[in-house]
Amino acid sequence: MKIGGLDRNFSETIKVRIIVFTLFIAASFSFLILRLWYLQVIKSDELKLQAENNRIRMVPLKAYRGKIFDRNGREIINNRPSFNLSIIPEYIKDLDRILSLIASEVNVDTEKIKREIKNSSTPVQSIVIKKDISWDEVAFIEEHGLDLPGVFLEIEPMRNYLYGETGSHIFGYLGEITKTQLDGLKVSDYRLGDFIGQYGIEKRYESVLKGKRGSKYVEVDVAGRELKVFKQIDPDFGYNLYLTIDIELQEEVEKLFEGKNGAVVAIDPKDGSILAMVSKPSFDPNLFAGGVSKTYWSNIINDAYKPLQNRAIQGQYPPGSVFKIVTAAAGLEEGVITPDTTIDCHGYFKLGKKSYRCWKKGGHGRMELRNAIIQSCDVYFYTVGFRLGIDRLSRYAFGFGLGSPTDIDIEGEKTGLIPTEEWKESVKGEPWILGETVSASIGQGFNLVTPIQMANMLAAVGNGGTLYKPKIIRKVDTTDGKLINKTDSKIKGSLSVSQKTLDLIKDALHGVVSDQRGTGRASNIKGIEVAGKTGTAQVIRMAEIEEKSDEEIPYEFRDHAWFAAFAPYENPMIAVAVLVEHGGHGGSAAAPIAGKLIKSYIESHQSTSNKYE
Amino acid sequence: MNNKGILKYQIISNFDWVIFGLTIIISVVGIFTIYSTGGSGGEPSRIYIKQIYWILYGLMAMLLILFIDYHSLEKLAYILYFVIIVVLIMVAVSGKTVSGARRWLSFAQFTFQPSELAKIVIIITLARYFDDKKIRGLYRIRDLITPAIVVLIPAVLIAKQPDLGTAVVIFFIFISMSFLIGINIRSLFILAGSAIVSLPFLWHFMKDYQKNRILTLINPQADPLGSGYHIIQSKIAIGSGGYTGKGFMSGTQSQLNFLPEKHTDFIFSVFAEEMGFTGALLLITLYIILIIKGIDVVYHARDRSGSLIAGGVVSMLAFHMIFNIGMTTGMFPVVGIPLPLMSYGGSYLVTTFISIGLLLNIKMRRFVDMG
Repeated sequence: MKIGGLDRNFSETIKVRIIVFTLFIAASFSFLILRLWYLQVIKSDELKLQAENNRIRMVPLKAYRGKIFDRNGREIINNRPSFNLSIIPEYIKDLDRILSLIASEVNVDTEKIKREIKNSSTPVQSIVIKKDISWDEVAFIEEHGLDLPGVFLEIEPMRNYLYGETGSHIFGYLGEITKTQLDGLKVSDYRLGDFIGQYGIEKRYESVLKGKRGSKYVEVDVAGRELKVFKQIDPDFGYNLYLTIDIELQEEVEKLFEGKNGAVVAIDPKDGSILAMVSKPSFDPNLFAGGVSKTYWSNIINDAYKPLQNRAIQGQYPPGSVFKIVTAAAGLEEGVITPDTTIDCHGYFKLGKKSYRCWKKGGHGRMELRNAIIQSCDVYFYTVGFRLGIDRLSRYAFGFGLGSPTDIDIEGEKTGLIPTEEWKESVKGEPWILGETVSASIGQGFNLVTPIQMANMLAAVGNGGTLYKPKIIRKVDTTDGKLINKTDSKIKGSLSVSQKTLDLIKDALHGVVSDQRGTGRASNIKGIEVAGKTGTAQVIRMAEIEEKSDEEIPYEFRDHAWFAAFAPYENPMIAVAVLVEHGGHGGSAAAPIAGKLIKSYIESHQSTSNKYE
Repeated sequence: MNNKGILKYQIISNFDWVIFGLTIIISVVGIFTIYSTGGSGGEPSRIYIKQIYWILYGLMAMLLILFIDYHSLEKLAYILYFVIIVVLIMVAVSGKTVSGARRWLSFAQFTFQPSELAKIVIIITLARYFDDKKIRGLYRIRDLITPAIVVLIPAVLIAKQPDLGTAVVIFFIFISMSFLIGINIRSLFILAGSAIVSLPFLWHFMKDYQKNRILTLINPQADPLGSGYHIIQSKIAIGSGGYTGKGFMSGTQSQLNFLPEKHTDFIFSVFAEEMGFTGALLLITLYIILIIKGIDVVYHARDRSGSLIAGGVVSMLAFHMIFNIGMTTGMFPVVGIPLPLMSYGGSYLVTTFISIGLLLNIKMRRFVDMG
């Protein structure tokens, strides 16, 4: 059996086969060595770069947005840490157990998370399962850290509006930068996913507030854990803004306005500082801070009352009888009346075949200018306006700052409209009708103004004739208190009327509030001399609804109520314009709000100044 | 049997110190490489100590094998075969499942993969079978039907675990041994042809992840974070090592865990990243010397069964080396074939030591007439 023919035969075969086998293995190893040469020598540089790209990551460091303070240094907007709950699926062995443990305390949609994990491109990338979780939830996750491998918290700064909806139209909100915005910026350090100011001051002062992004180069492992920092450039803080707004006053006015739509603007007549600016309905900018939810956004967009509109600067309403201030001033200055000119009101003004009613059915009887202002007699001003003609009347309206932007530093201010003959010719293509002058003289017809124009006009009347550019930013400084910029008051112009005329109008406006027959009595405050003027802006023509009381008229057809005032009458500290949409009469709907606002501001001012005395 | 002492002396004097030395050197390189993979990530990993223990167990098993004449093993082949089939069925029924694969059998605190040991049993069984069925001239395809069934039963049981890598190795062992024993060339072509024809059917039975791995090989960038991830990261690791490597414990791809399965299937990538082309070439040279020494055993074995067992062992070792390095360099699909003496894992390590023990065993007895 040992060295038989068979075995010899076999060994000859096997020897050949072994050689073939050896050659085959030799060829295989040669290929392997060639392959190694290719990877480690020829492709080495390229693969070295890829290895570096794997391990070194540039991590952007978010800049802290500048804070916003009110005129008294109260913090209105800051940044708070927000915690995002994230998971790395790779590190989770028992997903169901971990998700049910999380779900026992944190409200998450486990099915949705499972879907997201399934759809994610790689198990080593972290997935945010809930943004901005509460402190209780953070505490729970931290406490159960050991039971939750692969679950961790990511911190990012979140814009925090301490007063919620209060002042939302002034401050605005943040939103994710849009593709169009990104493309529109030629050089920028913005990137997709960044939040930028999309409205209000947040938008207007984006470049001041945003600060500068920092970065760090870190060594990361496959799970993205940072192991080593090579280089770090700290982010710069954005500048802080100090506003002219008095946030407590703002809050109080918003409370007074609850349940109503409209706007309030309060200005310091001495320098044009905006003390409060309210627009209702409002929105909650906090709900935008981390990316607005679809439901909230569609609620806001589809809301018939347009909560995103800043009515204080974008709402354009007929000025109503507040316009009589302009008509009176124009009449006196142009000499068509004197303070003593009397006009007899029988309840209507006849022009050709048409008659224009006074709001008081039986008429006011014979009266001079002061009384006509106090009682807001329409016929008196129809007459004055008719004598002036539209172009002269409108020239004064422009001079009082109506029909042109006040240039306040907030996005989107509307112009309003003060009609002239030329305007009607060019825009409407029709000649001016005399009757339209009559309507215009009591602030109806084509006239449109914004609440801020009204407030600014009253401020100018109150301060002796100086029309300021309203300012909302007091100063800009750095986090460590270094002043960057201080906003000086800018004078836009002056009311080109004589001191005598101004004094007379001021006196009459004081009468509106203090006189027994005054239409603005409701704003009367004990101890403070208020001067103001009521107004009613017609939404539809008087005749159709004239017989009905306010409650009988559908809401959307009710008149807008105006009240514009300043106080104290001798040396005003505050000028306000209040507009209550569909509020009915200015005297009853708007004047009380103005009264309370003025009282609160002046009293708090007196108490603070007393403190220092 | 009167001069047993002289026999023993002859046997021991024929002990191949080169094979033994290479085995130890490569194992030590493996320990250091495994030590290096544990370097990062908080608590230093202790698996290299486990590997040292497994090497010691392997040495003991190797020593034990040296004292058993391979002819005795051959005589026991069918019993061993029966036992391993029973054990594989036990694994299928009540084995321990780790990450989706039922491969392990545990007794006391030990867990073991019988599929690894099955490779050696199959080698011995085939040797025994071909030894029993000697024929004049060359084997034809019909002579391979029975051995094919003998191989297929354990191969299917193993593939079912699933352990595709080991099943592929077993298939390759069968082809190599059939080739060495002298299958005629025509039959070899028929075998190869039918293998190619059956590929689409095989494809049909493959699991999705297995298909993915093959598709990935063709184009790793198609799914760089999914099934292509292993290959891409391994190529980056190896390639970024360059000529001289990044240095011991300094391979970023492995230290920072970009490289998956780094201490088992991708241990070569770790080594190549840290030691560079120079180191990798040196390591491959060690393997080549080991294979050449193995082929020398096949060539100079005292008899046909010695040649066959040694041939099976050498083809198994060579296939593991070629396929593993080919896999880590992105030339073969990722099917989990470990690198001999380097990859972490007890069952395979002990099996490798036993198989090298068999080579030594056959070499030692090449001039001895055991009668």
